[in-house]
Amino acid sequence: MGAQKKGGGARVSEDAVEQSRQRLQAILLADSFATKFRPVTLERPKVLLPIVNVPMIDYTLAWLESAGIEEVFVFCCAHSMQVIEYLEKSEWYSHPNLLVRTIESHKSISAGDALRYMYEQQTETSQIQGDFVLVSGDTVSNMPLADLIKEHRERKKKDEKAIMTMVIKQSKSSPLTHQSRLGTDQLFIAVDPLTKQLLHYEEDKVDHPSGSVCLEKSLLDTNPSVLVCNDMQDCYIDICSPEVLSLFEDNFDYQHLRRHFVKGVLVDDIMGYKIFTHEIHSSYAGRIDNFRSYDTVSKDIIQRWTYPYVPDINFSGNRPLKLGRQGIYRASDVVQSRSADVGASTVIGYGTKIGNGDKISNSVIGNGCSIGSNVVIEGSYIWNNVTIEDGCEIRNAIVCDGVKIRAGAVLQPGVVLSFNVVVGRDFVVPAYSKVSLLQQPTTEDSDEELEYADSSSGTADHLSGLNLQMESKASELGPDGAGYIWEACEGAHDEEWKHSVAPIPKDKLFEITQAIDDDDTDDESVVPTSGELKSDADSINTDVNDPNDDYYYFEKEVEGTVLRAVEENIKVDLVTLEINGLRLSYNMESADCAGATFYSMIKLAVDTPHNSASELYKNAASIITKWKELLGFYVKKIDEQIEVIMKFEEMCQESPKELGPLFTQILHLLYDKDVLQEDAVLRWAEEKAGADEADKVYLKQCETFIQWLKEASEEEDEDDEDEEDD
Amino acid sequence: MDFQVVILAGGFSSNLVPLVSKEVPKALLPVANRPVLSYVLDLLESNNLKDLIVVVEGEDAALKVGGWISSACVDRLHVEVAAVAENVGTAGALRAIAHHLTAKDILIVSGDIVSDIPPGAVAATHRRHDAAVTVMLCAQPVSGPSESGGSGGKDKTKKPACDDIIGLDSLKQFLLYIAKGAEIKKDTRVKKSILCAAGKIEIRSDLMDSHIYAFKRSVLQEVLDQKPAFRSLKEDVLPYLVRTQLRSEIFSDQNNVEENGNGNGKNNMQNNEVVLSQILSNASLPSFHQVYESGLDSRKTNKCCVYIADESKFFVRLNSIQAFMDVNRDVIGDANHLSGYSFSAHHNIVHPSAELGSKTTVGPHCMLGEGSQVGDKCSVKRSVIGRHCRIGSNVKIVNSVVMDHATIGDGCSIQGSVICSNAQLQERVTLRDCQVEAGYVVCAGSEQKGETFARK
Repeated sequence: MGAQKKGGGARVSEDAVEQSRQRLQAILLADSFATKFRPVTLERPKVLLPIVNVPMIDYTLAWLESAGIEEVFVFCCAHSMQVIEYLEKSEWYSHPNLLVRTIESHKSISAGDALRYMYEQQTETSQIQGDFVLVSGDTVSNMPLADLIKEHRERKKKDEKAIMTMVIKQSKSSPLTHQSRLGTDQLFIAVDPLTKQLLHYEEDKVDHPSGSVCLEKSLLDTNPSVLVCNDMQDCYIDICSPEVLSLFEDNFDYQHLRRHFVKGVLVDDIMGYKIFTHEIHSSYAGRIDNFRSYDTVSKDIIQRWTYPYVPDINFSGNRPLKLGRQGIYRASDVVQSRSADVGASTVIGYGTKIGNGDKISNSVIGNGCSIGSNVVIEGSYIWNNVTIEDGCEIRNAIVCDGVKIRAGAVLQPGVVLSFNVVVGRDFVVPAYSKVSLLQQPTTEDSDEELEYADSSSGTADHLSGLNLQMESKASELGPDGAGYIWEACEGAHDEEWKHSVAPIPKDKLFEITQAIDDDDTDDESVVPTSGELKSDADSINTDVNDPNDDYYYFEKEVEGTVLRAVEENIKVDLVTLEINGLRLSYNMESADCAGATFYSMIKLAVDTPHNSASELYKNAASIITKWKELLGFYVKKIDEQIEVIMKFEEMCQESPKELGPLFTQILHLLYDKDVLQEDAVLRWAEEKAGADEADKVYLKQCETFIQWLKEASEEEDEDDEDEEDD
Repeated sequence: MDFQVVILAGGFSSNLVPLVSKEVPKALLPVANRPVLSYVLDLLESNNLKDLIVVVEGEDAALKVGGWISSACVDRLHVEVAAVAENVGTAGALRAIAHHLTAKDILIVSGDIVSDIPPGAVAATHRRHDAAVTVMLCAQPVSGPSESGGSGGKDKTKKPACDDIIGLDSLKQFLLYIAKGAEIKKDTRVKKSILCAAGKIEIRSDLMDSHIYAFKRSVLQEVLDQKPAFRSLKEDVLPYLVRTQLRSEIFSDQNNVEENGNGNGKNNMQNNEVVLSQILSNASLPSFHQVYESGLDSRKTNKCCVYIADESKFFVRLNSIQAFMDVNRDVIGDANHLSGYSFSAHHNIVHPSAELGSKTTVGPHCMLGEGSQVGDKCSVKRSVIGRHCRIGSNVKIVNSVVMDHATIGDGCSIQGSVICSNAQLQERVTLRDCQVEAGYVVCAGSEQKGETFARK
């Protein structure tokens, strides 16, 4: 930071002087407004969760301090008391170079709310004086900010509308899982290669992936060249101008920094605000968004990518550990049995005891833990004061403070044990389970806003109820255990393995590979990329596939229409109008209308309560009599009438007991009511004559009727002839 | 075998009516008094590509083109002229002449280009990457108004939707996305699977497809066979290949086996090829195609490569009347190295046999063909005048093209117009931005602006 100040002072220009006078400020959101770290975050705010034995917020603050930030506003929502208490105890409040202020708001349920709150405060106190850095308290980085802020300010001076600079970093997401190392979804951004202006921002939602990235045409009209990147990762470090706050104020529906704010700015061309990107190459920046990124960032810290924020350096009042060979960091007072085997890339905190024959590798073990004999710990994160008894096996798990794991218990990959959980003797915790002493809130709602609400205000209530729940200790973890195993909430089954600390199992990878194959063919047909060829074989296929589906929905719609018509006694011509509308919108034939209308009528008859076949017949008869005009509208041609008979036959086959016996009767009725002409019935009979025996059931049933029809027509013919003779 | 070159010379393009006629198919339209096709042939010859097939739409046109070729360059090049039915499209034309194609790679060149971009470079790029298709791209011409005020009436300053949208990888080696101008109206959709494999796609709207392609013959023929509905190379075949480059089910390895002669060591052969192409392309990292291929076995990829021509290179396609005017102007003007003529000190070419009357000036960037006569007190600026034209006195010709054997009466004024061969302009005709069809007679004293003169 000194460098920045000096640099500013050295420049003679007035601006430079002005700039150096301006304090460098940052807003640190000490709440992620998400639920990814539940159930752990129900008891402790995310920013205080330890990563390699140091709370996350310390990494962020230490970085901001060294990057030359002079004033940080720590915005606390959930568990604000804990955050403030922690900061009070830590040396941050009395730091000579960094002024830390806390802002508390319990009403804010999203980043948007937080910034709106800041804006309101702003009008009273005007704390934010100029450009500021916006980060969340779970960011681990060592990038220099001074130059970036200067860059932002210079750009802002040239272009009033350049209100934000976003930090991105190259990180190619896996072609298989479509997610980055940090476990975040694929990100598609479009950038102007010269100005680095952000033109498009799209997160790949696992729920509704589409096969292609859609760039608006206006983008290409105005920019001769657009760089679309998939190999970038959003660091969630933003340099913002004060306009950002007012934009949040103006758009009260902006909640998420990216999903709403960035997209909103990109779409809105009235204000014409612009966002620019800054790519960092050599420095580190990562945001701990989920358990997988927790794992990744921990490993990066252990492997010293985040230098100087590494365990053997005191950067925030933490007690530095001693770095040994193979990336083993060990506190000076660790009691380790001679027979214990501590493998590479492992961190062991103060006051921890390691028993005989333990095997520990690629793991982080906190302070004051005691580990029994013959315990296996691999790729796991054991926080403070954890007791692990003899013979346990822990693989790729996160174990929070105060947990007791009784002898012989096994944690399968991906397990998260929240605070003070007790795992019973020889109990096997199944993979990916999340265990907490708190019961899972049942009012889980998939609505995002409510989720935010849960994470902040809701948690306070949970905490107050903590004691009550403690009494009735759940023992889902064996007879002498304590804790509830949380069910994965809806839609999270997929994220379970994606966002867990455990490596992705092989079979999952295989599954995805398969899925990609399907995907590819899918998007081929669904998105015939650009209107290149209508006659392409692929698009023909889609056309062929769709009608079945379409017909189903069409039939449903017609059914609804007819039902409503019958209930509300709507005029026939209005109903036809409506059905015609449906026909056009679904691109159906008139024969389809006939089929669907008839289907809905008979269905209505069947659905009307009845006791016997004759009652059913009466129902059908009354409906047909009443609505024959409607049907008549669609059965003007022989083909359409045949369609009706076929449809009826189909329905009878579906419910042979109810409708079956009535086939002839209703057919006769339709004939009587002039819905069907004899030609249609006879043609149908002819067509059916060649069919399989099984198909001929109804033909046989109405054989006499057909016979009678035939005779009648012959007679008529004769009559005609007679008449001609006359 | 080396590259086989297919020149798609088209037929009577409707865009160019009335300049083209039964007598003059598009390929024979004069650019600085030489058929446009000759520029293509010269370009190919200079790159040592001598095995050519000229595909012409329509028998009549084929006869004309064949006649000209046999008179012009039969001794220098090995040229075959093939006639195909009219309106079959470029893909259809290739389908029709498929039996002529025997070489491993095919270079397809549009017959209406005037350019100095070496097609040999495209061929080299194609070979180096062992690509399925290589496309030559060049900078989109700056579509500003032509420097003369002459085209004001026509207002064709906006190029007729020739904007291509092209997606390249970060090294600008591979073609990852292509869409045609008309689609610029819609949003651009980039397939995620390709984007994921490549990491970055640079979408450019300032590049243009120059209609010079190198295809692997096996791939081209297979596409043509399997997709009978494809009509156009540019609009159907190329986008299809680009779209499916990471998962081309239809191209089995059999092709390679066939060409390698034996099935044994097929994989070795392929691997060798891969390694070779890697070394040749100086790639320190394997290209994403190979990564993709190795990541998901049982997949075949087709490489779609690009060659981007230097911006200083000249490139025009003669596909509209405006383009015809522009190319004539440029070839005797800014891009005169293409014309093959030597210019006088006044930057113009006046054939020694041409006769000029007294006080007649022929300005720079003009061309006066063999045996033409110009009367007294005439002024010719930035125009091309063909052979054996007879031009009266007091005639002003600016920014125009006058083809062979045209007759222009006294006191005419012609600006920004095209007078086709054998046309006659009687006295005191004033034309501005007009086209006069071959053999047409414009009555004395008529004054016209932006008209097309043609017999109905």
